[in-house]
Amino acid sequence: MLTFDKVEIVQGDFSLTADLLVPAGAKVSVIGPSGAGKSTLLSALAGFVPVTSGRILWNGEDITKAAPADRPLAMVFQDSNLFPHLTVAQNVGLGLKPSLKLSPQQNARVAEALARVGLNGFDDRKPAALSGGQRSRVALARVLLRDKPVMVLDEPFAALGPALRVEMLALMAEIAQERGLTVLMVTHDPKDARQLDGSTILVADGVAHAPVPTGPFLDAPPDVLRAYLGG
Amino acid sequence: MAERVQPINLSTFGGAAVVALLLVLTLGTLGAVAWRAEEVSALSKNDWSAVRFTLWQAAVSAVLSAVFAIPVARALARRQFRGRALLLTVLGAPFILPVIVAVLGLLAVYGRSGIVSDVLAWAGLEPVSIYGWQGVILAHVFFNLPLATRLILQGWLSIPAERFRLAQSLGFDSRDIAKHLEWPMLREVLPGVVMVIFLICTTSFAVALALGGGPKATTIELAIYQAFRFDFDLGKAALLGLVQFAIGAVLALASLGISVPSGHGAGLDRVVPRNDGSKVVDAIAIAVVALFLITPLAMIVAKGLPGLPDLSLSILSAAWRSVWVAVASAGLTVIMALALALLSLRWGRGVEAVGYLSVAASPLVIGTGLFILTYRWINPVLLALPVTVLVNAAMSLPFTLRALSPALRQLEENYGRLATSLGLSGWARLRIVVLPRLRRPLGFGAGLAAALSMGDLGVITLFADPSRATLPLALYNLMTAYRMEQAFAAALVLLALSLTLFWLFDRGGRVDADL
Amino acid sequence: MKKTLSSVGLIALATTAFAEEKPVLTVYAPDYFTSEWGPGPKIEAAFEKTCGCDLQYVAGDVLPRLLLEGERTKADVVIGLNTDVTKRARETGLFLPHGQDTSDLTLPIEWTDDVFLPFNWGHTAFIYNTEKMSNAPTTFDAFLADEGTKVVLQDPRSSISGLALMLWVKAVYGDDSQEAFNKLARKTLTVTKGWSESYGMFTDGEADMVLSYTTSPAYHIIAEGDETKRAAIFDEGHYFMTELAARVKTSEQPELAQAFMGFVLSETFQEMIPTANWSFPAKLDADKLPEGFKKLDMPKKALFYSEDEAAGLRDAALEEWLSAFSQ
Repeated sequence: MLTFDKVEIVQGDFSLTADLLVPAGAKVSVIGPSGAGKSTLLSALAGFVPVTSGRILWNGEDITKAAPADRPLAMVFQDSNLFPHLTVAQNVGLGLKPSLKLSPQQNARVAEALARVGLNGFDDRKPAALSGGQRSRVALARVLLRDKPVMVLDEPFAALGPALRVEMLALMAEIAQERGLTVLMVTHDPKDARQLDGSTILVADGVAHAPVPTGPFLDAPPDVLRAYLGG
Repeated sequence: MAERVQPINLSTFGGAAVVALLLVLTLGTLGAVAWRAEEVSALSKNDWSAVRFTLWQAAVSAVLSAVFAIPVARALARRQFRGRALLLTVLGAPFILPVIVAVLGLLAVYGRSGIVSDVLAWAGLEPVSIYGWQGVILAHVFFNLPLATRLILQGWLSIPAERFRLAQSLGFDSRDIAKHLEWPMLREVLPGVVMVIFLICTTSFAVALALGGGPKATTIELAIYQAFRFDFDLGKAALLGLVQFAIGAVLALASLGISVPSGHGAGLDRVVPRNDGSKVVDAIAIAVVALFLITPLAMIVAKGLPGLPDLSLSILSAAWRSVWVAVASAGLTVIMALALALLSLRWGRGVEAVGYLSVAASPLVIGTGLFILTYRWINPVLLALPVTVLVNAAMSLPFTLRALSPALRQLEENYGRLATSLGLSGWARLRIVVLPRLRRPLGFGAGLAAALSMGDLGVITLFADPSRATLPLALYNLMTAYRMEQAFAAALVLLALSLTLFWLFDRGGRVDADL
Repeated sequence: MKKTLSSVGLIALATTAFAEEKPVLTVYAPDYFTSEWGPGPKIEAAFEKTCGCDLQYVAGDVLPRLLLEGERTKADVVIGLNTDVTKRARETGLFLPHGQDTSDLTLPIEWTDDVFLPFNWGHTAFIYNTEKMSNAPTTFDAFLADEGTKVVLQDPRSSISGLALMLWVKAVYGDDSQEAFNKLARKTLTVTKGWSESYGMFTDGEADMVLSYTTSPAYHIIAEGDETKRAAIFDEGHYFMTELAARVKTSEQPELAQAFMGFVLSETFQEMIPTANWSFPAKLDADKLPEGFKKLDMPKKALFYSEDEAAGLRDAALEEWLSAFSQ
């Protein structure tokens, strides 16, 4: 269980409070108007933005001050998820060992992960030679190998076309289900949230609200979200 | 975003060590000289006019160098042509020549009996005298335009290809590209370039005097030289050194404050063929600069050829020694620059500013100060080569830093979080992320440092070892013994070696990039 | 194992004993002196033959280094000082009398200083190229009046030859020196930091004349077989320049140092000076000079200021020079 215990994040004029629980294995979409602080919330969780007050806990353990790599989460960024100068296999291998000194078993696991996301044989290609969808898959393959209980994604498939996005979301959800991962995904598109079909955290007016079931929430959104979502 | 959750590690320690070393080399030596001074003398009106002239000529030279470099850098970024790689390498040359050699080469072209005068006379026009402020500016632009071009070119090449593809698909003409892509990059890169060149020009001495026509062109460095060598007035030397240093420090900080990051974001290392802009304009820019640079160099080569067969073995061994010193300097410079740049990501740009200070410090002050600090404990002759390596590295550091720092900043902005989230830190981060992506500026920076070190007399004459001379010192000795032809031959050897070293390092950085 | 150790030990002992045999004479000298093309190496070889010692040079600026080191200096002997620094050098109290007889030196002036010993000499002179100038000026007045001929000079603030020129003008023109400087400024192409840049500009043909020494043409005559470079000789006289050697008080090798001072005036040493140092030896009969030196144009009159006179004049002369050249 992921706990935000009276967390307050202050950056200049901007401030965000979060006092909520995310049960283990939950599939959470993070939604809100632009500038509300969705990415900030995730950054704080990942350890890139310091928390001004309060604590973040995972299964009762305080991870507020932990280094990003020591936290129980694997992150997929909006872009720049891959190092352009490294091959696909190397990029994925970073998920196992930062030093990239992999044993034969570890290399085998890299190949397995690539196969799982449908990129068999892409080991030696460089990111520039891949399509957007393929790059997203590589990022997912790496998440598989990170072996962390929480998967955090910041608008991960925003650059992909509608069909591809649905496909990637399905793959991601499948992986999460297989491994029992807790998922937090920032998205600007309510369709993504509906597809993920778990719960939704609304970030608006400086507050990150507790998760509520996605379907009913989107059927009857609060005013602050209505304008954003449109008719 | 500051990663405050990162622990203190080796890079912090390394960076801090470099900062401490530089402060000792600049302020520490200044302090040593001041400490040995017997009395504090005030600056005379001659000294103040030297300060004014120094500032003025440095400012004009720096601005002109940068301004002229922009169209050339743009042309080089946009066009591919035969000889481009060669031109890029030759752009490293003027910078590295010993002053005497460069002055005589310039005069062979622009002097009273030079090519330009001959051409003007043939065309029936009045000869134009180079001696005066125009000569000083010309010489400084000659020395620094190539450097400015390379640094700005680097900025151009760092704009991701994806942005250009976007621009092309949106039908941007060259004016739009200039406004949306190139101007933000220039805003980030130019202040630093102008600053570095300004600093180089403030410590100019022999060039300013010889081409400036006389005492009107007195710089602070000459005043410091006079104080040390002729008046034996350490107090005045320290005071002048302090003034020079203060100017440099203020400038370094100011320019780092002005520079605004371009925010272009990351690319995937793709190469985009560009077809915007006027080919004619670019061709003219490249041709003019090539001519401007190559004619004096060609004169130097021509002067040097006849003397080559007469070069003694000792010159060749001096050359060999210089090569090793240069390679060592380059290595040390790169390590120091990397340490400083990494530390400044964490602790802010003030740290980076320390890296530029060594150019603002007078070499004479550094040399004398170091002597004062060490002679009681170690025989200076033993320290000759190590001190040469160290001081050369400190002197090259600003240029390497200028090449490295923007690239590192961009790297951190684009990939910093990714690396941190994957637990990449310390040596692994350097090896896997930083060094591979910084290969181009590192190669260029190392090349510059090696070439600078080759040509530098060092003015550390207090540490010279007569049995182990470096090539510039041997050249100087040849000249004072009337052997001008051999001196020019030695200069040719120096030029060839420096360019080769520069090319080797630079090429190493550009290896599998089409750019 | 024991055998190896003891034989190594014996060799070490022998080596140290051998090394201890030769005392070291440390000589501070300028860069040009110790370089391969200067007189240093030959002098070292010659002295080591007779002294049973190891002569080691320390190159670099002599007096600044001495001033910084003070009494801790390791120098036994210094060589290569020139006359404008003798006053300052003397004030350090670091030198001992040279103990040599200077009554029969082959200098154009009388030398009575008992601390600083001249080993070479020359005069300042303007060198011209006979292929470009057929009629060289024979007086300083004529020289200054000819504004069409451009000369390149050295800066008195950074060069000893530049300083000597300043004193030369003072010696010839006395109170009218400001006017002389003004005229000189009008014919000056440019002023350089050191002698090398100037001379390079002259040999390249950039300047018509260069401030140098009366002995400069000797290099071209002897080493290049080129007799086109000559010194313009003025009736008013030329400024005398000499280089000096001295013994250091704190030396740990007083006998060696004394022997070296004697060696300086010996014929062996003096004979090396002309073609290694391109100046006149301080004590060598004229007929022993190389052929090329006998062809040199020589002034009839040598001008010289004592160190006190020179020190007194210097600052004022520099102001005049600066004001003339900063027009």
